[in-house]
Amino acid sequence: MIETSTTPLDGKCPTGPIETRWARHKEHLQLVGPTNRRKYNVIVVGTGLAGASAAATLGEQGYRVTAITYHDSPRRAHSVAAQGGINAAKNYQNDGDSVHRLFYDTVKGGDYRARESNVHRLAEVSANIIDQATAQGVPFAREYGGTLENRTFGGVLVSRTFYARGQTGQQLLYGAYQSLMRQVDKKSVNLLTMKDVLDIIVVDGHARGVVVRDLKTGKLDAITADAVLLCTGGYSNAFYLSTNAMKCNVTATWRAHKRGAFFANPCYTQIHPTCIPEHGESQSKLTLMSESLRNDGRVWVPRKGKDTRAPGAIPAAERYYYLEERYPTFGNMVPRDVASRNAKYVCDDGLGVGQTGRAVFLDFKDAIERLGKEEIARRYGNLFDMYEKIAGENPYQTPMKIYPAPHYTMGGLWVDYDLMSNLPGLFVLGEANFSDHGANRLGASALMQGLADGYFVIPYTLAPYLAKYGNKGGVAADHAEVRGALEGVAQKTEKLMSIKGERTVESFHKELGNVMLDKCGMSRTEAGLNEAIAKIRALRSEFWENVRILPDKDATLNVELEKAHRVADFLEFSELMCVDARERNESCGGHFREEYQTDDGEAKRDDENYAYAAAWEFNGVGADPTLHKEPLTFEFVKLTQRSYK
Amino acid sequence: MSESTISVTLEVWRQPGTDAAGRFETYQLDGVSTDSSFLEMLDMLNQKLLTEGKEPVAFEHDCREGICGSCGFVINGNPHGPDRGTTVCQLHMRRFKSGAKLTLEPWRAKAFPVLRDLMVDRSAFDKIMAAGGYNSVNVGNAPDANSIPIGQDAASEAFDAAACIGCGACVAACKNASANLFTSAKIGHLAMLPQGQPERYTRTVAMLDMAEDLGFGACSWTQECEAACPKEISVKWISRAQRDYVKGRVVKGI
Repeated sequence: MIETSTTPLDGKCPTGPIETRWARHKEHLQLVGPTNRRKYNVIVVGTGLAGASAAATLGEQGYRVTAITYHDSPRRAHSVAAQGGINAAKNYQNDGDSVHRLFYDTVKGGDYRARESNVHRLAEVSANIIDQATAQGVPFAREYGGTLENRTFGGVLVSRTFYARGQTGQQLLYGAYQSLMRQVDKKSVNLLTMKDVLDIIVVDGHARGVVVRDLKTGKLDAITADAVLLCTGGYSNAFYLSTNAMKCNVTATWRAHKRGAFFANPCYTQIHPTCIPEHGESQSKLTLMSESLRNDGRVWVPRKGKDTRAPGAIPAAERYYYLEERYPTFGNMVPRDVASRNAKYVCDDGLGVGQTGRAVFLDFKDAIERLGKEEIARRYGNLFDMYEKIAGENPYQTPMKIYPAPHYTMGGLWVDYDLMSNLPGLFVLGEANFSDHGANRLGASALMQGLADGYFVIPYTLAPYLAKYGNKGGVAADHAEVRGALEGVAQKTEKLMSIKGERTVESFHKELGNVMLDKCGMSRTEAGLNEAIAKIRALRSEFWENVRILPDKDATLNVELEKAHRVADFLEFSELMCVDARERNESCGGHFREEYQTDDGEAKRDDENYAYAAAWEFNGVGADPTLHKEPLTFEFVKLTQRSYK
Repeated sequence: MSESTISVTLEVWRQPGTDAAGRFETYQLDGVSTDSSFLEMLDMLNQKLLTEGKEPVAFEHDCREGICGSCGFVINGNPHGPDRGTTVCQLHMRRFKSGAKLTLEPWRAKAFPVLRDLMVDRSAFDKIMAAGGYNSVNVGNAPDANSIPIGQDAASEAFDAAACIGCGACVAACKNASANLFTSAKIGHLAMLPQGQPERYTRTVAMLDMAEDLGFGACSWTQECEAACPKEISVKWISRAQRDYVKGRVVKGI
């Protein structure tokens, strides 16, 4: 039986007219003067869009920043792989866009499970991000006249997405990374590479530092500061196969959770509709094909199952363009959750294509006829090339085969309007927090949120905490809490090394992923989730008795040990995902419970009972967590059944 | 995607640490799916080694989509393997015949010390970037993005240079271990854009001088770097950066 706290959680959002909430809030935030800022140390964990932009900006302001990444360079953070684009309410296309419309689309796209105040702020600062990135030298796509070009993404009826070929994340990250390296050169940011954060140091109820393991030498160190910012991305790798990079993990946020930070909405995960299907047993990860492809590609399957004709030989009348038929208004541009679920349905009905029958066609034949091959190559050339390298087929000649894959996680550590978790001094930015996307994220909104948090929110909202609670100089290296955290990590590492079992880390991760994808993936049931929890517990016990790590010493570069720490955390965290999914007796966005659907198979929300963010408090591994509810109120967007028909 | 399997013989550079001696070890691997990527083949090798109680081969990798720049080693003398414009993570086993013998070595350059096996330390690249690879613009200063028009061709050409993923293949391919393609690509990207003009010459001089200080060699124009670059970045950027360097030093007196 899950215990629920009777005190509602307060997001500390401003009140009054939504258009002026952020402006009024900023006006009343306490400041730290320019000469005092150098007295405060701030740790930024992760150097993706959120982390690099936050570290660079706080460095520019004069704080003493320590930026930490487990990569050999900040430029490798997985934000680099985002393809399609970044939204901004510039209305450069004169097509009716506005801050309000971006706000509205995002709240609706998130299936009414996001905080209105946060989303409106996101929409407001979106335009500034484009200005900043352009000034940094981000080579966005341009019209012939030299102005910026836009395209459209799923779930919206305007063109507000800015892009740099199919490598928008790469270029935005390099912009932030370059700003970060400028601060490194100025010595306002101390950059630590190849260090894994394995615990959060909490002193007198405030986050005051982190424990890091040097990945080259295995040496453990404590780094203390006045505040800690976690910008460590999402947890899609709980599914093992996902579009996330191999090293993406939940470790920093999970260990913060174990130190008291609430984890919110872990069951809100996004399964992206357009990924290259699995090829077989040796598959190590899945590759996304940008959603932007749905601008020109048409999704279909043959009307009758096991149709072995070449796709080009199947006449139009025998093709089922299921998104266009079911959703005439949005067609192929329905939001991601809707597109993914429909791909699953047609494959479940036996209409899937390819070797495994778990794939649908994404066809560019009509677009090539309409626009010419050259124009298609200009728009998507690098994506087509990538597809051909991986799948061994030429998408200019034969339709791509695609299938949904875990891609993004809307859940994350709970934060208030100032991006601070319930653990004072611990701030959480970007995908690592839960705040802006509700139960489903719209395309091109992740880059927007990561950079909004780092460039334009945290530089304002961190100062009041530092002014009030910063202890200017940090915590002594021999403080009991510092030593305790270091010892804890050392013991855990020693335990992992001493097991010397029979199974590889990878084999545990893969088995966990299969359970999660099957029972906590695109559709979920109470019975399935209970089954998953039992399996996860069994797997977790086996892991701690039977995992094998080589090289057998930790004082060296040891890739298997790095992975073992991460998988150990996924084995604990996954249980919380299932508990959260089981507790939410409704379907919304990416969380689809089979028991709760409309007659035509759409997600059926229960606003009366579930219009809240579920923030979980840790009570021990295997012990039931406590549920804290943050009620979500909708004053400016009317709650309706989402319809894309 | 028609799956079949092949066998390969791997000769892999094994080196337990930066200061330790290294040597080649030979491994035979059967049943490799032709649909798997080169790194998935190495995953398979590592799972086999672990099961046999042997230390797995350390290699750098992350996104496996050819964009993060983490992966990279030399296959039979070619950085990132035999295909042009392809990182090793995007190289697939269908490219090889059954019975192929593949020799895998780390990038070899004074400025890139080996960490373990096929992993090298490329932090020198970050030092080059810190020396000037940016536009100095604090958050809050930026004018409206459309206030300075940039022609489609110029933006597109800037992108060609900005596409560099910092993998280090150019250094590995160069007999002098020069970092000129990497450094010039960033110089060229920012020099193409109006926003990059104020610091154009100071940036060029600072970055190229830093590369030299870090122990990267000089360019002797063999153009091997362009052939090895997984993003097919042109050596034209090297000529342009050299022109700017001379102008910066001689005309502007930097």
